[in-house]
Amino acid sequence: MCAERARRWHAAWLVLLLALPGVASALAPIQHWRTPNGARVYFVPARELPMVDARVVFDAGSARDAGHPGLARLTNALLDQGAGGLSADELADRLGTLGAQLNTGSRRDMAWVSLRSLSAADKLRPAAALAAKVIGAPAFHRPDFKRERQRLLVAAKQREQQPDQVAEEAFHKALYGDHPYASPPGGTPADLPVLTDEEVQGFYLRYYTARNAVVAIVGDLDAKAAHRLARTLTARLDKGDPAGALPPVSPLTGSTTRSVDFPSTQSTVLMGQPGVRRGDPDYFPLYVGNYVLGGGGLVSRLNEQIREKRGLSYSVYSYFLPMARKGPFVLGLQTRNDQTRKALDLMRQVLARYVKKGPTAEELEAAKKHITGGFALRIDTNRKVVEYLAMIGFYHLPLDYLQRFNARVEAVTREQIVKAFQRRVHPDRMVTVIVGPGSDAPKQ
Amino acid sequence: MARVAVWMVLILLAAPAGAGVPSARGAEPVHAYRLSNGLKIIVKEDHRAPVVVSQVWYRVGSSYEHSGITGISHVLEHMMFKGTPEHPAGEFSRIIAENGGQENAFTSRDYTAYFQMLDKDRLAVSFELEADRMRHLLLKPEDFDKEVHVVMEERRMRIEDDPQSLTGERFNALAYLNSGYHIPIIGWMDDLSHLKAADLRHWYTRFYAPNNATVVVVGDVDPGQVLKLARRYFGPLKPSAPPSVKPRTEVPQKGMRRVDVKLPAKTPYVLMGYQVPVLSTAGKQSWEPYALEVLAGILDQGDSARLSRELVRGQQVAASAGAGYDLYARRSALLMLEGVPAHDHSVEELEQALKAQIKALRDRPVAADELSRVKAQVVADKVFNRDSQFYQAMQIGMLETVGLGWQVLDQYVPRVQAVTADQVRAVARKYLVDRHLTVAVLHPLPMAPGAQAPAGTGLGGSRHVR
Repeated sequence: MCAERARRWHAAWLVLLLALPGVASALAPIQHWRTPNGARVYFVPARELPMVDARVVFDAGSARDAGHPGLARLTNALLDQGAGGLSADELADRLGTLGAQLNTGSRRDMAWVSLRSLSAADKLRPAAALAAKVIGAPAFHRPDFKRERQRLLVAAKQREQQPDQVAEEAFHKALYGDHPYASPPGGTPADLPVLTDEEVQGFYLRYYTARNAVVAIVGDLDAKAAHRLARTLTARLDKGDPAGALPPVSPLTGSTTRSVDFPSTQSTVLMGQPGVRRGDPDYFPLYVGNYVLGGGGLVSRLNEQIREKRGLSYSVYSYFLPMARKGPFVLGLQTRNDQTRKALDLMRQVLARYVKKGPTAEELEAAKKHITGGFALRIDTNRKVVEYLAMIGFYHLPLDYLQRFNARVEAVTREQIVKAFQRRVHPDRMVTVIVGPGSDAPKQ
Repeated sequence: MARVAVWMVLILLAAPAGAGVPSARGAEPVHAYRLSNGLKIIVKEDHRAPVVVSQVWYRVGSSYEHSGITGISHVLEHMMFKGTPEHPAGEFSRIIAENGGQENAFTSRDYTAYFQMLDKDRLAVSFELEADRMRHLLLKPEDFDKEVHVVMEERRMRIEDDPQSLTGERFNALAYLNSGYHIPIIGWMDDLSHLKAADLRHWYTRFYAPNNATVVVVGDVDPGQVLKLARRYFGPLKPSAPPSVKPRTEVPQKGMRRVDVKLPAKTPYVLMGYQVPVLSTAGKQSWEPYALEVLAGILDQGDSARLSRELVRGQQVAASAGAGYDLYARRSALLMLEGVPAHDHSVEELEQALKAQIKALRDRPVAADELSRVKAQVVADKVFNRDSQFYQAMQIGMLETVGLGWQVLDQYVPRVQAVTADQVRAVARKYLVDRHLTVAVLHPLPMAPGAQAPAGTGLGGSRHVR
């Protein structure tokens, strides 16, 4: 279900765990301030383990590609390939010697640099200084640019041999059309070779600025040290401006089905439409309601009808991915090619019925019990908390978002779910993508 | 296997029934108990969050299987969610979900494990359900008929339609001739399609018993209370005759082996593995696995390691490259290398470059700063790993189940720190030679529209999650 690929002899399933819905119970209040140059900081102390997690997030995801698919990813990937007078080798050596972990990444809304270090001053201070170079003084040397562009090109080709990735890209294209969310975050084999280092420089200067940044910090340090850390990490950034608002997502006007011919033994099916944005008033009814439909792992309606009763698919699910603008509402499965029609019909029936009638009182009760009873698991590691802080900051959610989470789930009624689904989910206006051998894929 | 089994008995005797054995781990004591029916209970307190992880580990996995029934451990793992007389199909998951819990299970070469993550007050929910399905699984043929199809879909998704995984499966089957590691965890498709519910019944009876299992609990709990709960729920279960398991010691390799895999794909890929000892098989030479562990770190511990530095950034012959070694495997294993060639390089060039990296390890001792970097990262990771209760429970359960014992965890940092540059070179010279090498290469065929998919094969991921 989670598309990330772990190295084969490492724990691929741990990645899946991270995708599970999470927890909250006794989280200390979030401390929030701005650095002198305008970056928004979110901090929660966690003194039990001698370590610190910091995550600096920029509104610099592929939604900012502006007709150059892969530009945001390439810019982000180049940050730690030489910065502040140090080469990629030197940066890696120094971080390794400190036992620190520095990672970069980007998706549609966000791009980030994350640092994990021991909290001892002789480790954290130099590690933070190195991260500050990566964030605020990347070199973008031409040989590094060419190498990383080439590596992204290979990765893009690799995605073309993976049916789930092919489906994902076709789905976003069909769903978002001209909207920036259509741009594949990793770029495409056609677009990557024409990206230039000037474009990368320009992208960096525009979007990697203090006022376009959120700093999340969790770990073994007090507020004073957290202030110092946040200042250090963002010290070399220009003040800049927040990125402008993305355009709204247009609703679909009708149903479309796109079949992608692919030499696979299974057909991969994705179906959906634009869903919700972060902070959307309908979010909680839709989130709780979706748990019953296809969010509840082994106990959802989709799973019951398609996997448990009929053995048609290993993984069948639905989810809302809230984003800055309406992120996708997705239903997905994969099944042996000759069963595609049957599985897809079932998925549509389950959805149509659910939109019409909503959950039963018992189903809603069970959903609430699961979501609220499992809140503590959402925030039981520093890593999860730092990601929540970044999310809360990035999407301007209230500081007590986690504290109020359970109450908001409890407040959801059956009527709210029915109304929200009927208002927001239109089974007669869906994008369906089927990736599989053409001769077997259903024609519409 | 006999030797490992004997050692395991010694460890059990060292932890008499009901006696707590706090470890020397300072702030994070581990308590080990054994019930009279043979079930081991291991508890580690972690009070950072009001939650608990509970895992039940069984000593069975794909390496216990044989030809014709491959994949049976993993299919059985799926069937463990299909009900008992007390809790019919679906109820297990429903109860855990309504208690706010997360649950799943995984099967590997050496173990099968089931887990729940819950609010700390709800551990009893997990124990009651796990104890019930340890001995009372229904295994209805009609449920099996559906579930085996789910597993076949899982196999299609993970293996058949993933060129690198398919290559990994072929690689494995060639690198191990007679060891149980020859067998793909998910099983060959043909075996799956001929599996019967009766086969699973036999497998379940043989391996699912308290004396073949370990319960690991990590979280905001009191060890005495956990033991009390364990006695209440697991205590009444009857033990079985201990399953007899043949060792199937891998035959020594007598020369390089190669396999080419040709299928529709976009990027070539190379996998290489050298037959090496692991902690379970190293005997008196127990420094060797730690030296191999450090060697793998020299190659691939982060961006400063050699594969990134030399092959990705330096020569730019690889778009990506990695190395791996499973120190804690139950049977002798492989030091593995893998890579995808850079855009303007061939997979043959990449293979030569990977071999040149191995040759360099044989020829020259690693530099002092490289060695100290690997060690610094190991020390830091030891702290970072404590961020996750789940990971801590995983390590304990895995070490118990392969027969090494959780105490081995405490030795990891000091033994890695004791490794010298000469020892790294010594294991490279002794084991990383062509006659111990297996190579698999994925050669892409065009992915022409309408092209037929290749028919059936195996597995790549090291574990399968339900």
